[in-house]
Amino acid sequence: MNVHDKYKPLTWWDKTYIPLVIDGLSVTLRHFFRNIRLHILNVLGIKTKERGAVTYQYPEEMRPLWPRTRTLHRLMRREDGSPRCVACMMCETACPARCIYIVAEERPDVQIEKQPKIFNIDLGKCVFCGYCVEACPEDAIRMDTGIIDIASYTRNGMLLTKEQLLNIQPKVENYVARPDLVEGQPIY
Amino acid sequence: MQALAEAAGKFIFFIGLIVLQIAAVLTWVERKQSAVMQDRIGANRATIFGMRMLGMFHMLADMLKLFTKEFFIPMGARKFIYLLAPMISLLFALVGFAAIPFGDVLIIGGREIPLQIANIDIGILYIFAVLGMAVYGVVLGAWASNNNYALLGGLRASAQMLSYEVAIGISLVGVIMVYQTVDLMEIARAQGQLLWGWLPQWGILWQPLGFLIFMAAGIAETKRIPFDAPEGESEIVGYFIEYSGMGFGMYFLTDFLETILIASLTVTFFLGGFQVPYLYADGFHFPWGQVVLLPNIVVAVLQFLSFLIKLILLLFIMMAIRWTLPRFRYDQIMHLGWKILLPASLINILITAVVLTLIG
Ligand code: SF4
Ligand code: SF4
Repeated sequence: MNVHDKYKPLTWWDKTYIPLVIDGLSVTLRHFFRNIRLHILNVLGIKTKERGAVTYQYPEEMRPLWPRTRTLHRLMRREDGSPRCVACMMCETACPARCIYIVAEERPDVQIEKQPKIFNIDLGKCVFCGYCVEACPEDAIRMDTGIIDIASYTRNGMLLTKEQLLNIQPKVENYVARPDLVEGQPIY
Repeated sequence: MQALAEAAGKFIFFIGLIVLQIAAVLTWVERKQSAVMQDRIGANRATIFGMRMLGMFHMLADMLKLFTKEFFIPMGARKFIYLLAPMISLLFALVGFAAIPFGDVLIIGGREIPLQIANIDIGILYIFAVLGMAVYGVVLGAWASNNNYALLGGLRASAQMLSYEVAIGISLVGVIMVYQTVDLMEIARAQGQLLWGWLPQWGILWQPLGFLIFMAAGIAETKRIPFDAPEGESEIVGYFIEYSGMGFGMYFLTDFLETILIASLTVTFFLGGFQVPYLYADGFHFPWGQVVLLPNIVVAVLQFLSFLIKLILLLFIMMAIRWTLPRFRYDQIMHLGWKILLPASLINILITAVVLTLIG
């Protein structure tokens, strides 16, 4: 089938553009009046089920995250507080951005051979693919902190060390089981 | 002397306090209306003491930015013309308002003051002249900036504006035939008469086709979407590509002023101008015989408000069109102008002539 077959040629009436303009205006004006009604109700303090806008005013208003969203990394600890990581270099190997840098050292505990001496993640390079999490055999690295505002004025500020990664406070409240069902109104 | 003071007063009131303020608010409306139409919220980051006022302060921020930015003159530009062009643009967008009747006469201390800055009895021709001059600012600015993209924008602008001026001119011939005058004040007054004793004879009643042609060609004259080939941000950026600071600011303001000018002309010609249905110089005369007498000042204010409300509604529709339609391709613009609007406006003259002859 010729791809052009599904397009009807414009009729004389269509070529005046009047029906098309009316079609387009009816769509945009429908949105306009629906949204303006919701905005006015909201300004008057009446809560509605729908939002007047699909956007979020980010710094003030956090967009609810789906449970599987990959956010800032953290390193997990064992019960005794030592890092879970065994410095196997799996994540460093898997990382497509090559932003993980690990130096291993011997661990006093005989059952577990190694532990990281240095564990740096350069977030300026990280592409948040999550391969490091998938590669880790020890569940030592996770991307479930709910922190997405990662920014710094310097490149060095984007480089997180082992201590920082171990001590990140997760903001689990940013994760919501079903963000599409969250009700709320935009901020103006 | 008194006439001069009167004209200056009207100029300051109508242009300084009404038209320029509407133009400033339009920059806000453009942001917010488009946002609401597209399920967004729109610009709201400019704050004063933490107040947001629905993003109203962006007008001030814009102005501050444009005034304080460097006005850069590119290498090889014709300096004098480059400086002059935005001013020409702005000037001809502003002087067009001189002929617009914002209301009928206002009587202060026994003196009749028509609410029109200049009572030009060839108003329509004056408007044509002003609209025709608008292209000079664009073309000169484009040519003087020594930039190929600007030149392309200028070429497109001149081709487009000349083509659509033809359609604008011929579509108004119908209006002239119906009201038998080229004086804008007389046209606006004539629209107050009633047909069959109850229907106000607004221009759109006699000239529905003329109204559509004038609106379409008028939007093309403002060089805004869907007729923004001269600006075409995604391809050539536009005839003002080299302008920065207040030079760009003037082009930006001209854009909005021209939109307001076209909207006020449409109101004057087709939507009854300043007329309120059944309102005459001495008050309301309803078709069912009721009469409400009003003092002259109330009548003048009502007429002025009526003009403003019609203007604002029309501006809303023009903004909605601007944020709904995609840009026409260049050949579509020419096709629409020469092959559709021009014949349609000629047919409009023919129909008008036949109808007028039949009615007598
Ligand atoms: S998320 Fe991807 S890019 Fe970032 S550290 Fe892990 S593997 Fe490397
Ligand atoms: S894959 Fe896991 S255990 Fe291995 S080095 Fe990386 S974080 Fe440590």
